[in-house]
Amino acid sequence: MASPIEQFQIKPIIPVINFTNSSLFMIGAAAVIVGGLLLATRRRAVVPGRAQSMAEVLHDFVANTLVDATGKEGMKFFPLVFSLFMFVLTANLLGMIPGFFTVTSHIIVTFALAMLVIGTVVVYGFIKHGTHFLGLFVPSGVPAWLLPFIVVIELISFLSRPISLSLRLFANMLAGHIALKVFAGFVVSLLAAGGALTILAPLPLLMAVALMALEFLVAALQAYVFTVLTCIYLNDALHPGH
Amino acid sequence: MADPQERNGGNEREPGSADDADLSARLKSLDARISQASVHRAESEPRARPTSNSTALGQAFRLSAEFVAGVAAGVILGLLVDHLFGSSPWGLIVCLILGFCAGMLNLMRAAGVVKPARHDGKR
Repeated sequence: MASPIEQFQIKPIIPVINFTNSSLFMIGAAAVIVGGLLLATRRRAVVPGRAQSMAEVLHDFVANTLVDATGKEGMKFFPLVFSLFMFVLTANLLGMIPGFFTVTSHIIVTFALAMLVIGTVVVYGFIKHGTHFLGLFVPSGVPAWLLPFIVVIELISFLSRPISLSLRLFANMLAGHIALKVFAGFVVSLLAAGGALTILAPLPLLMAVALMALEFLVAALQAYVFTVLTCIYLNDALHPGH
Repeated sequence: MADPQERNGGNEREPGSADDADLSARLKSLDARISQASVHRAESEPRARPTSNSTALGQAFRLSAEFVAGVAAGVILGLLVDHLFGSSPWGLIVCLILGFCAGMLNLMRAAGVVKPARHDGKR
């Protein structure tokens, strides 16, 4: 039985420029997004066709999420949030195709995305609000003697945001793919065991089918959760402590 | 089959204009309702949607990630402090404890036990 974590191995494709299968699927995800959206919006009609209305639904969905969390002024971050949502969603869903590499199952990828978000929050917060942005770490109504502790705890809590943001997406994708692989491996092992055990072989297969459905749900859900948390953090940059 | 044709030809003006008036009135009321709804929507407070999901597995992942992230951030900060000031075990110990506190705070915020960090009670 193949190791369940073998699927996450990074293999060089063009070693000279460090082009790996991970790079290939990142470029693939970007190509699918750009190509799909260009195709969908090629014939722009007042009454949208199937492809166009799908693109419009995606746009409206992300726009509504952003406006709900940050208000109208948050729309200036729309390109960032939409790109993040589409990239995570497409990478997750591409990873569901058997044999494909899941880009988001590597924590360095999700951490880079999370740092992009937090970097935007910090830079924009300081540019827009100056030192007032630091008010984010000072809650009101705290006794003076407790304040130093609270500030440090709030600071660590803020520092933990990119970690939790990346950890959640990474852990979900990793655990899901390992579970799928393990259950699929059971089928092969039971078949190979022969005898009475062969009769049991369809049971893990059923489980694998059920898990596949769950994984599709998780893939879409995690892209959504990533987007919502991005919006909430951007809200802190837009209105810190106010 | 010839009947509608004839009726249309016969009194084209009268029902047409009545229909138009009716239609424009309905359109106007629809416009009013749409604008009212969008104003209501725009004016409603920017609220954070609950990020939790219905599946218990998702909830477990979310909450555990919050807590682990707090502790991990504490450890990283502690190691950084130790590296910068050469205070070998103490930075790690203190920051680890504070990291536990931050992780707990994250956890309780994520679970909705504690209000999110808003400072003027605006939200």
